[in-house]
Amino acid sequence: MKTTWFMLTMIGKDKPGMVAAISGALADHGVTLGETSMLRLGGNFTVMMMVSGAADEQALRESLAPILESQGMCLHVDPIEGGLHKHVIPNVHVTVSGADRPGIVSQVTAVLAEMGINILDLESDVAGTEDKPIYIMQITAVSTLDIEAIETALSSVRESDVSVSVSAIETYIG
Amino acid sequence: MALLEILQLPDERLKQVSEPVEAFDDELLAFIADLEETRQNGPAAVGIAAPQVGVFKRVVIIDCSTTRKPVPNHGYMVLVNPEITKWNGFEKGREGCLSVPDYTGNVIRATKITLTAKDPHGEPLQFEMEGYEARAAQHEIDHLDGMLFVDRVVSRRTDLFKRKVYQDGGKEKKS
Repeated sequence: MKTTWFMLTMIGKDKPGMVAAISGALADHGVTLGETSMLRLGGNFTVMMMVSGAADEQALRESLAPILESQGMCLHVDPIEGGLHKHVIPNVHVTVSGADRPGIVSQVTAVLAEMGINILDLESDVAGTEDKPIYIMQITAVSTLDIEAIETALSSVRESDVSVSVSAIETYIG
Repeated sequence: MALLEILQLPDERLKQVSEPVEAFDDELLAFIADLEETRQNGPAAVGIAAPQVGVFKRVVIIDCSTTRKPVPNHGYMVLVNPEITKWNGFEKGREGCLSVPDYTGNVIRATKITLTAKDPHGEPLQFEMEGYEARAAQHEIDHLDGMLFVDRVVSRRTDLFKRKVYQDGGKEKKS
């Protein structure tokens, strides 16, 4: 039987107890979690969660309504295709760091897109100080191309104040 | 020769500590042949440890000679009663496991190790290993101590600050 999945997106001002409240409300209503991503971004706690087991979107919303109110979070719900056990193993890692300026992500990812490289995970952060912000980005991706070819293509983005490094991920299976 | 069944998480037996091999006999050689056949049958398996097939003896096999990009390696190795005697450096790398299907994660391992072991006939071996091969040995020896890589996976935001894990000897079971 095919499982019906929803993707929940929830955001609120970060404080302790948010995950416990959300997951508790879902468990109480017989909703189970699939893959999730939860992290603090700029003082907000952000949650993206695959869930299954709810009768429909309305039932999901109703089971979460009380805790969204008490936790000060907003909710977005999407029915999704797909499911579990579909992991793809990344084989390329790209690290970009340097002085923050508009367009770093766009330039790097445009090169990757042009080469047909699929990003599996991208995390980026602004470090440094207000006067001298530093942009740091880590990308894990999957590609059939040689690392050298990716490295060469990304050299166009490299500047004196932005460094880009590309490395192969050789996953050990044992 | 026979394909052996691979134990998968959450099988409790994967947490069992394996016993040193004492008898270097035909039975051991036959088991090693089966273990190797099982490794080669596993999807993309570079290494395998005896407890993964429910045999709680200190035997591992690794072969790092077939990576996409060549890495420093000693080829096909059967390591009986392996012991890591020196650790140096640490680095993050991606691992998966025959006993944990459909999951890979980053684990911090020592970059260089010195390892002693016996060969299948009981003759002493010593290797200096680095990088990917050192990672392989550490992953497999963990199995002998009832540890899975999922117990050591670090968050994607984790940088290499967990060096203490390895300075303490690498066999610690607590995070």
